[in-house]
Amino acid sequence: MIVFRTVEELVDLAEKEQVKIAEIMIRREMDVFSLSRKAVVNRMDEQLTVMEEAIDRGLKGVASISGLTGYDAVKTQLKRTREEMLDFLFTSGAFGYVVANQAFISGARGGCQAEVGSAAAMAAAAVVEMAKGTPKQSAHAFSITMKNMLGLVCDPVAGLVEVPCVKRNAMGASQAIVSADMALAGVESKIPADEVIGAMYQIGKQMSPQLKETAEGGLANTPTARRLEQEIFAKQS
Amino acid sequence: MSVFHSVFDIIGPSMIGPSSSHTAGAVKIGKAAKHLFNGSVQHARIYLYGSFAKTYKGHGTDRALIAGILGFETDDVRIIDALALAKEVGLSYEFIEAHTAVEEPNTVRIELINQTQSFELLGVSLGGGKVEIREINGFALHLSGNHPAICVLHNDRFGAIAAVTKILAKYEINIGRMEVNRRDVGKEALMTIELDQNIDQEVEQELSAQAHIVNVAKIVG
Repeated sequence: MIVFRTVEELVDLAEKEQVKIAEIMIRREMDVFSLSRKAVVNRMDEQLTVMEEAIDRGLKGVASISGLTGYDAVKTQLKRTREEMLDFLFTSGAFGYVVANQAFISGARGGCQAEVGSAAAMAAAAVVEMAKGTPKQSAHAFSITMKNMLGLVCDPVAGLVEVPCVKRNAMGASQAIVSADMALAGVESKIPADEVIGAMYQIGKQMSPQLKETAEGGLANTPTARRLEQEIFAKQS
Repeated sequence: MSVFHSVFDIIGPSMIGPSSSHTAGAVKIGKAAKHLFNGSVQHARIYLYGSFAKTYKGHGTDRALIAGILGFETDDVRIIDALALAKEVGLSYEFIEAHTAVEEPNTVRIELINQTQSFELLGVSLGGGKVEIREINGFALHLSGNHPAICVLHNDRFGAIAAVTKILAKYEINIGRMEVNRRDVGKEALMTIELDQNIDQEVEQELSAQAHIVNVAKIVG
């Protein structure tokens, strides 16, 4: 049975078996739920399709000034196979699995550091693996991103998931790429990934509820945000 | 205790947005309430706590909860119109923003009512669409809503638990998790059993017919 609770255990397993982190996640899923490899991979393929369809819907009718959207950039530059894209999600999922069980992954429980922060750190680890980095380098990229997201509050204007969430997601994605580049170049995080997750958890616990997705503090409590809130909900009712 | 078991608890769920915790999780809690109520719902009184109370309009949590009570899945496009659809089928509802402090930020108490019965459930949304049912009719429990499950209300007498597990064994139904709670010695008690498969009507009837069993409700997975 494949068991990992920490990033350290996850990296050790991948190194010992000499496989990608994605492979450890796939094998664990097969083990725990008695599924065939095909069933596990197909399910992830379905999830990826849902995400792609959502992006397509969101981009419909959107014109970019440069003529290039973020989605085009990914398509033109990375040129990855479907299998590699699925592995990306399994690797992200493996790191996310650790964070979710050791700390939290929702803005309401731990602030934006737990939500966009965790997602960006997961992506950083997966980018490293996609670029043929080592499991250890994935863990370093994960830590570098997470460290830079620590303390980020969740303060959505009018309680919607738009301002500042959309831009914070974009910034999270860019941090993932920069962290991955650093890790691939040999930059290491002095604080190990599991301790960074522990720090994120402690900070999230100490964060006031006003800054955890209640739309009571931070940007959500600015005069402009309050005005927007009134305008939006006056229109709806 | 680890509550995230699968990579698909992290990469997923397939859902109508915007939020896995405030929308998809809310659908799941609403759906669990509907299954456990075991009858047609006329009125839903919904108390929202913490972040749910403050941001439910912006996240569509109200639509999501009602969609769940209507029996929709997390990826059903009808979630968007759930409030209007509820009116069409004669389901009335009220949302109450509660100010009581709660342990988990995304907590909801759902009361379902019709002419003959009422039912109460407390659910929490933990992120990534993962939920837990923490209370049913005042009984404390931990139910994930991710697996088929049965809730058996019974009298706290010896043999009641064995009778239930024996029937499940006879039909070769495996138990994943089981929890028993009681109000007091010899009083009303609740068995919560997570299963690897759904039970059909025959099994349900046989369970209900046992001595000391008051009611059997199921969550279809």
